[in-house]
Amino acid sequence: MYRYDAFDHRLVQERVAQFRDQTRRFLIGELSEDEFRPLRLQNGLYIQRHAPMFRISIPYGLLSTAQLRKLAEITRRYDRGYGHFSTRQNLQLNWPRLEDVPDILAELASVEMHAIQTSGNDVRNITSDHFAGVARDEVVDPRPYCELIRQWAALHPEFAWLPRKFKIAVTGATSDRTAVLLHDIGLVLVKNGAGDIGFRVIVGGGMGRTPMIGHVIRDFLPRAEILNYLDAILRTYNRFGRRDNKWKARIKILVKERTPARFARDVEEEWSRLEGGAATVPDAEFDRLASYFSAPPYDNAVDDEPAFKSALADNRAFDKWVTRNVHPHRIGGHAIVTLSLKRTGVPPGDATADQMDAIADLADRYAFGEVGVSHEQNLILRDVRQRDLFELWSALRPLGLATPNIGLLTDIVCCPGGDFCSLANAKSIPIAEAIQRRFDDLDYLHDIGEIDLNMSGCMNACGQHHIGHIGILGVDKNGAEWYQVSIGGSQGNDAALGKVIGPSFAAADMPDVVERLIDTYIERRHGDERFVDTVRRIGIEPFKERVYATAH
Amino acid sequence: MPRLIRNRALAEDRYTLLRDAATLADVPDGVPIIVPLALWSERRVALIARGETGVWLAPADDPGTLAADVARLAVIAIDFPQFTDGRGYSHARLLRERFGYAGELRAIGDVGRDQLYYLAQCGFDAFAIPDGRDAAAAIAAFADFSDGYQATFSRTPWFRRRQVATAVANACVSCP
Repeated sequence: MYRYDAFDHRLVQERVAQFRDQTRRFLIGELSEDEFRPLRLQNGLYIQRHAPMFRISIPYGLLSTAQLRKLAEITRRYDRGYGHFSTRQNLQLNWPRLEDVPDILAELASVEMHAIQTSGNDVRNITSDHFAGVARDEVVDPRPYCELIRQWAALHPEFAWLPRKFKIAVTGATSDRTAVLLHDIGLVLVKNGAGDIGFRVIVGGGMGRTPMIGHVIRDFLPRAEILNYLDAILRTYNRFGRRDNKWKARIKILVKERTPARFARDVEEEWSRLEGGAATVPDAEFDRLASYFSAPPYDNAVDDEPAFKSALADNRAFDKWVTRNVHPHRIGGHAIVTLSLKRTGVPPGDATADQMDAIADLADRYAFGEVGVSHEQNLILRDVRQRDLFELWSALRPLGLATPNIGLLTDIVCCPGGDFCSLANAKSIPIAEAIQRRFDDLDYLHDIGEIDLNMSGCMNACGQHHIGHIGILGVDKNGAEWYQVSIGGSQGNDAALGKVIGPSFAAADMPDVVERLIDTYIERRHGDERFVDTVRRIGIEPFKERVYATAH
Repeated sequence: MPRLIRNRALAEDRYTLLRDAATLADVPDGVPIIVPLALWSERRVALIARGETGVWLAPADDPGTLAADVARLAVIAIDFPQFTDGRGYSHARLLRERFGYAGELRAIGDVGRDQLYYLAQCGFDAFAIPDGRDAAAAIAAFADFSDGYQATFSRTPWFRRRQVATAVANACVSCP
């Protein structure tokens, strides 16, 4: 993975010193709350319901084990011994003290980490494919490009005060695992007929209050031009994005109001002035960045060796786990392993400090010392020998990290919600838990098959409810917490926004509502059709009828 | 009166800033002034004849309006009604890098020390620090960062300089 050099270290340390001084001036009253707020947000610090919330950047969801151990240490020393992995592949702490944040930033800097622009109206953490570098369907490894864009975004002097937050995802695989169509900018690495690498550029997607699918504004941008082109998009947005209404300030509204075609023309016009300029990236820089992501020393192994096959045959629980939590690796005899952070009774995405340390040890032993974070809030070991899977699984079980539910109903994507977040209209964690408890029969869960259940505690859509096959949104009705349900959303190449099925429900009704949706699916599905496929085929009406027939 | 920082030092401000609704009748004789873009556009010839007149832009103004005038303007100011409105950063880069403006580029309005580094990177060289803020102390903020990754008004991206810097560093290490 990428390693800081002296230059990177110096910038991050200078950022720590800058924020330390800003915090000092705030605490002695030299900076007002209004002056300090945007500064602390650009360093990941919110003021929340109980305490500050502090968001640590995990660029494109990639951690070394040294970094993971440092995160564990930070949660013990400055927080309550756990952290929450978010849908932007970041880590959130819920209980730090404002006064301690400069020290936490200094600790992070010591392991090449920071919290730069994890909040605020600026370019946020670049997200990417959690199988990057090892997926079988990968065309171009996105990680070097993510690092290039991370550096471009970090402390960009022109774009620190955008109309609103700005999210970029990068993928290089044929199957999208990044929700690339639902970002302010989505970048898909492709090769053209001549074999040259470039980007398909998508703008104007997003979730939040007004969810929209992004538009392709350029089919092939030569990779050397990527930073010029990003500057052109961001400059167009910075100048012309709406600033009169927070809810209409995202780039998707500008793209819609101008029309995608005109917006594309505006960007191309701006780019034509920047093309070939100073920010054009030479091949040598791509090569330099790619060298940080060279393949680890894989074994000369083949798939499905006899010992592995007999372990599968002998142990049903192991077989289930492999079926759900292990994905094919581009190198024979290796596997991609997902550690589920969705055990019933634990808030989705949470990991304790002890778990983080244990995962770091296992990653050192079995996965070349790297750990990934997925936007579905699970952790990934990308390079595990297939012959080590049984041992790894045996070690993960007592840690509570081997729940065989990846992609299943209980693998709920969920924001911290009203228990922690001051923006939330409603709690999300207890609802997730109630649903997980209702569907605690593993065989039934596997029979239901692949289904994305996403839940957000408010319109900001941190739980990405719009792209859940089942999406749940917490809403406020006269001070009470209610839940609006949508179905038929999806991420991936055929991304779609879910449709609301009707009036919202009380918290206590939610497990029943989900059960009725699932019952309808089970009765109506054809063959091995997934839930979302059935919804697409028969529409939302049959689901709606079933849910409201008995609930009201 | 705001204190002016110019070229990273406190400086005397000879200019009087005329705010939004200014008309030619408000323009005092013989005093250097900075007028709103609307007044400049309306009375351009008279203001050019007068001399010692600068123009200020609001966030919604188009800096391209001044493209033909960059050589004759000694001061262009860009207003920040709130420091969180970042349009002026792009305006500054356009004036400097696209329209070739070489005179004083001044940030006015809600300007504080925590904005100075980025403003300077975008081409501002003068900053009107409002009353109640310590302009002298703010000067330290120009050194908040020693460098940066991106192409800006004052530097090429680090990846273009890295190889040279590395070669120089290596050469020094191997000096006899």
